[in-house]
Amino acid sequence: MARDRSPAELVGAAPDAAFEITFDGRPITALPGQSLAAALWAAGILAWRTTRVGGRPRGAFCGIGHCFDCLATVNGEPNRRACLVPARPGDAVTTQEGHGHDDLAVR
Amino acid sequence: MTISPSDDPEYDLAVIGAGAAGLAGAVTAAELGLSVALLDTSSQLGGQFYRHPAPALGATRPEALHHDWSTFTDLRRRLTDSGVTHLAGHHVWTVVRAEPKDLWDVHAVTGADGNGERPARVRARAVLLATGAYERQLPFPGWTLPGVVGAGGAQAMLKSGLVVPGIGVSSVRAQPRAGIGVSSVRAQPRAGIGVSPARAQPRAGGRVVVAGSGPLLLAVAASLVTAGARVPAVVEAAGYLGYARHLRVLAANPHKMAEAAVHGTALLRHGVRLRTRSAVTQVHGADRVEAVTVSRLDRDWRPVRGSGRRIACDALAVGFGLVPQLELATGLGCATRRTRDGSHALDLDAQQQTSVPGIWAAGETGGIGGVQLACVEGELAGLAIAARLGGRPALTESGRARALGRRRDRMRAFASVMAAAHAPGAGWTRWLDDTTDVCRCEEVSAGHIREAVADYGARDARTVKLLTRAGMGWCQGRMCGTAVACLAAEGPGAEPSPSPERRPLAVPVRLEVLGALAEVTASGAGDPEESADPEKGAGR
Repeated sequence: MARDRSPAELVGAAPDAAFEITFDGRPITALPGQSLAAALWAAGILAWRTTRVGGRPRGAFCGIGHCFDCLATVNGEPNRRACLVPARPGDAVTTQEGHGHDDLAVR
Repeated sequence: MTISPSDDPEYDLAVIGAGAAGLAGAVTAAELGLSVALLDTSSQLGGQFYRHPAPALGATRPEALHHDWSTFTDLRRRLTDSGVTHLAGHHVWTVVRAEPKDLWDVHAVTGADGNGERPARVRARAVLLATGAYERQLPFPGWTLPGVVGAGGAQAMLKSGLVVPGIGVSSVRAQPRAGIGVSSVRAQPRAGIGVSPARAQPRAGGRVVVAGSGPLLLAVAASLVTAGARVPAVVEAAGYLGYARHLRVLAANPHKMAEAAVHGTALLRHGVRLRTRSAVTQVHGADRVEAVTVSRLDRDWRPVRGSGRRIACDALAVGFGLVPQLELATGLGCATRRTRDGSHALDLDAQQQTSVPGIWAAGETGGIGGVQLACVEGELAGLAIAARLGGRPALTESGRARALGRRRDRMRAFASVMAAAHAPGAGWTRWLDDTTDVCRCEEVSAGHIREAVADYGARDARTVKLLTRAGMGWCQGRMCGTAVACLAAEGPGAEPSPSPERRPLAVPVRLEVLGALAEVTASGAGDPEESADPEKGAGR
C-alpha cells in the first residue's frame, strides 16, 4: 500500500483504450466505464456549471445522483447529471450557465 | 410515448434498490420460489457500499477498495442462479396501489440519469423498499466551492471512477465566454504547481481533508490514502466517548470493532491525524478549495472562539452521517419514527413490514445501520414476503428466521448507539454566517432563512421553504433539509417535525412521462392525479 499508488493501480485496472472527449472545446482523456464527472476530475476539472442566481461555479458534490450540482450540458443537451452519465467517445461537455435554457429566453 | 401492456409484466415481488439489502431480499425470495424484479438506478449491482468500477475499466482487484467483498460476489452469483430479473437504469419515481387493489404499480424512468429512452412500469404483489440512504450535510462558509465534495461522494467517485478530487492538474483554461461569471469556472492550476500539461504531472495535488461526523469518515479516509491521496486530517465533530457508555452493545457487535480497527490501522500507517470535537468552519479559495479552517467544538458543537487553524488542501470530503431515503415510502403513507440523530426512518414490524400491508423495507430505510444489518434485514424480509405470498407462515418461525431476528436486534442496538454518538449538536448553526448558502440549488442564504424564522414566524422547514424557496430546487431538500429544519427549530416555540415532508415525485420526471401515464390511466390502471406534485416542476 505505497503512498504513491493510484486508484487504478490499487484495483489492478487494465482498462479498454482511452478516448477523447471535450470540455468547452478542449480535449481531455476519458477511460471507458468512467462517468463524465470522473473523467473531468481526472483532468483536474472541478467545476462545469454556473448557478442561476449568483453565477457561481459548481461541479460534482454528492457523487451519486442526488444533489444535481453536477449538471452539465452534454452534446447540446442541458441538465445532464455528469456523475451518472457515462463518458462516450467524442462527447462534448460544455459549462452549463444557469438553467441551461438561454436559447429559450425572450430577449 | 406510451406504456404498452407488454412492458408491464406481473411479478410476485418488486425490490427497489440493488444494494446489500435489496440483493439479499431478492435472492432470498427468489430462492423460495417467488418471481422477483430488482430495480435500481445504476447499471451495476451493489448500491453505494458495493459500488465498483464498470467492466470496461478492467479492475482485476475490485476488492482492494472494499471491506467484505465476498459477501457481494456471493449475492451476485445467487442472483444470477435464482433467475431474478435485474432492471438496471430504472429510476423509480412513485409506487401506487394498482387496480385490482392487491397489486402495486412501480413507475420508473430509465437511462443513466433518468433522461433515457422510455418510462417503465412494473406490477407486483409485494414491494420491498431497499432505497438506502444519502449523506447528511450541514453547511458552512465556503461549502459550495468546487473541490468541496460529499465524503460519501468522494468514496463513490473513487470506487466507481477510480478518481480522487483535486488530484489531477489541468493546464488549460476554459475560454471565458460572454455571460455571467464564467471566468470563475475555468479549471485553474493551483499556485505552485505550474502549468505543465496534465499528463506530465498527473498526480500533483490530491490533499483531501476529510471532515464531518460518523464512522463513514474513517472508511473514506482509509480508502483515499490507500488509493494515493494525502489526507492532512480527519476532522470529527463528535467525540468517540459516546460509544464508551454502551460497552455491552459494543461487545455484542465485534464486527463493527474489527472494521474500525482495519480503517484505523490504514490511517495510522499513513500518519493521518484524527481530530475529534472539531469541524471545518470555513473553506478558503477563490474558484476552488485552497485551504480549510478547522475549529474546536464544545460539547454542543459550538465552535470555540479563537481555536481555528488553517490547513492547506486541494479538496474537502465532508459528510455528517447518512439519512434514510424515504420518498417512495412516505408517498405510500408508510409510518416513520424519529431516530436518535434527529432524522426519520421507517417504522417496521418484526417481519420488516411497513405500516402499509404489502410494502416491506430493509436496510438503511429502517434507520442507518450499515451493510451487515442490511444483508440480515433483506434476508428476513425475503423470508417474510415468501411466507406471506406463498401461504407458508412456518418460514418466519424457522430457526433461520429466529437467528436472523436476533442478529438484527443486536445490530439495531449498535445503530442506535451510533446515531446518538454522532447526532449533530445544536450549536453547529453558530459556524454559519448570514451569507452562507444553505440551499445549494436555490442559493438561499442562512440570513434569508433566519429572517423567515425571526421576522416572519416560520417554525418548520416547510414554511421556510414556502417563504424562501430553500429546499424547493432540484435536489428536493436532500442536501439542505437537515440544516433548514435546525434553523427553523431556533425560532421560539418551534418543535421538531413529527414526520418527514412528503415528496410525491421521488426523482425528476419529464412531463411527457406523466402524459404517457395519463394514457395508461385511460385504459384503467393507476391514478396520476394522486402523484402529481404541483410544487415540483416536472419538466426540465
